Amino acid sequence: MTTTLLKVEDLKVHFPIPQAGLFAKPLPLKAVDGVTFEVKQGETLGVVGESGCGKSTLGRAILRLIESTEGKVVWMGEDITKLPAAKMRAKRKELQIIFQDPLASLNPRMTIGDIIAEPLASFYPRMSKAERRAKVSAMMQKVGLLPQMINRYPHEFSGGQCQRIGIARAMILQPKLIICDEPVSSLDVSIRAQIVNLLKDLQREFGMSLVFISHDLSVIRHVSHRILVLYLGKIMELAEGQSLARAPRHPYTQALWSAAPIPDPEIEKNKQHKLIRDDMPSPLNPPSGCVFRTRCPKAQDKCASEVPVLEAKGPEHFVACHFPD
Amino acid sequence: MAQSKFRVPTAREGLPVLGIENLNVRFSTPEGEVEAVSNLSFDIHKGECLGIVGESGSGKSQTFMAVMGLLAKNGKASGKANFHDVDLLSMNRDQLNKVRGNRMAMIFQDPMTSLTPHLRISRQLTEVLMIHKGMGEQKARKRALEALDMVRIPDAKSRIDMYPHEFSGGMRQRVMIAMAILCEPELLIADEPTTALDVTVQAQVLEVLADLKTRLGTSIVLITHDLGIVAGLCDRVMVMYAGSFCEQGGVRDIFYDPQHPYTRGLLRSVPRLDQPESERLEAVPGQPPNLQRLPKGCTFQERCTFKFDRCVAERPLLREIAPGRTKSCHLKGFDPSGNAVQG
Repeated sequence: MTTTLLKVEDLKVHFPIPQAGLFAKPLPLKAVDGVTFEVKQGETLGVVGESGCGKSTLGRAILRLIESTEGKVVWMGEDITKLPAAKMRAKRKELQIIFQDPLASLNPRMTIGDIIAEPLASFYPRMSKAERRAKVSAMMQKVGLLPQMINRYPHEFSGGQCQRIGIARAMILQPKLIICDEPVSSLDVSIRAQIVNLLKDLQREFGMSLVFISHDLSVIRHVSHRILVLYLGKIMELAEGQSLARAPRHPYTQALWSAAPIPDPEIEKNKQHKLIRDDMPSPLNPPSGCVFRTRCPKAQDKCASEVPVLEAKGPEHFVACHFPD
Repeated sequence: MAQSKFRVPTAREGLPVLGIENLNVRFSTPEGEVEAVSNLSFDIHKGECLGIVGESGSGKSQTFMAVMGLLAKNGKASGKANFHDVDLLSMNRDQLNKVRGNRMAMIFQDPMTSLTPHLRISRQLTEVLMIHKGMGEQKARKRALEALDMVRIPDAKSRIDMYPHEFSGGMRQRVMIAMAILCEPELLIADEPTTALDVTVQAQVLEVLADLKTRLGTSIVLITHDLGIVAGLCDRVMVMYAGSFCEQGGVRDIFYDPQHPYTRGLLRSVPRLDQPESERLEAVPGQPPNLQRLPKGCTFQERCTFKFDRCVAERPLLREIAPGRTKSCHLKGFDPSGNAVQG
């Protein structure tokens, strides 16, 4: 059995939203509402869901870029949720993040060599300049950038290359876990595959774990060992990638899968859509009971009164639904 | 630049709804002129859905911005864009305004910025009808309600008097489509209509578009980078790269028998939900070209795995390879096992 690196236990992130009126109490926006899962060493956990489901908040809460309201984040056996800033800083060597917008996440006034070297400079201030430079060049080569570009600025690079720079910066400390927050969503189709392949190659070589956040089901399916489906801050289904793709059991996962277009005219034109109506309800005012019930084709009275718990419905297959398939 | 000899042929007889001839779009920038679209010719017929596929910078949006007369100030279009028998490119603004929003309409990617935030939806919808059709307010409101029903906005009677911010993203995009179809246009240009939407909402919006095509016989141009939605909705597909067509043909031909290396690369680089997982994706190597420094030969040569001498020396022209199919590539084609055959 491989070791568990990260454990998230009943994590909640609630944002207070001020209401109109002088003495009105702020309402809690439950962005992440009681989420529990583990990430094992060398594994990719895909987190999928629509905009507003809390997937990015979850990623940031793990790194404590956003403070959680309740629950625990346990990193290698140690609860880091309440760790003082100085001690947390030491952990950041092991926990890194890659952002969605590759250009916006790079400082335009720094050369890419300095950007990639910055984590080294801040965690190993005594490292000699030459050694730092050598490490940066080596990492640039690993992510597919020419080392002679080391003195260029971010604006001289295309979106795909900027994402490579972001990956090099995250990888330079050889972290144990990287949160990838929509790393390929802003890239062109032909470039997307390059970056997905790069992340997989790096994982094979360095053995880090990835939490891969995306709304794109086909990309998630391709990179993940296990997939977690989020809806309005709650886990709907959590399973091994193959079994989730082959036989999704939660009505929401089924609807997501059926809505994702497949580049094949024959399949797409004859497809029986399991369409769900309307949009996601406001997270400020989530439905009672099961949060998905307002759009669920199978909803019954029980769904409005009782919150379904995430239960094992098969080997490594967890579903939060009163009436799963 | 050499003129392409072939007009992209069409399957249907009769006068096209829109006929584009040798369209060029140039932008003057501080670094010099950029040719965003070069020498495009194609037709769109009644009731047809045409998919335009390409990556950012391929010219797919600018082609239709030029047709609609919506180019940025530094942009200039030349050639012909015949809407039935009148050339849109030679029209002045007043003449264009009689056609735009009336007989042809456009939907944009971002539904939030395409609606006026401080006007009720009712006002924005009825205005279109009052201007183009000379309707009275009552009649226009009735027609607007019908359009909202058609795009399946629930409870349209009360929703019509709301402001844009009171709608969600998917609803707003449906309001945009309702506005576009108010005057029952013959041609609807949808520029990445679902890119900002979630998959479940995307499926709903695509259903509305499919419905328009079958019920009203509207010709639809779908501009997108997503091959999946093209597969479901379109009859014909054109693949663009660096401002010109690589390949054009029926939707089945393009997906099942792509003949241009770029089309093949695109189709292979997307992971598919319905297929067993593969270890690696077959990515198209390299970066999209800089339009200001296009090579002399084929624009795709730097990323092409089948490049040979002729590709460097000479830019391939669009040529017919089968009835209704054209491509611009020096390769003769691909044999059934996927090997390239040189001409």
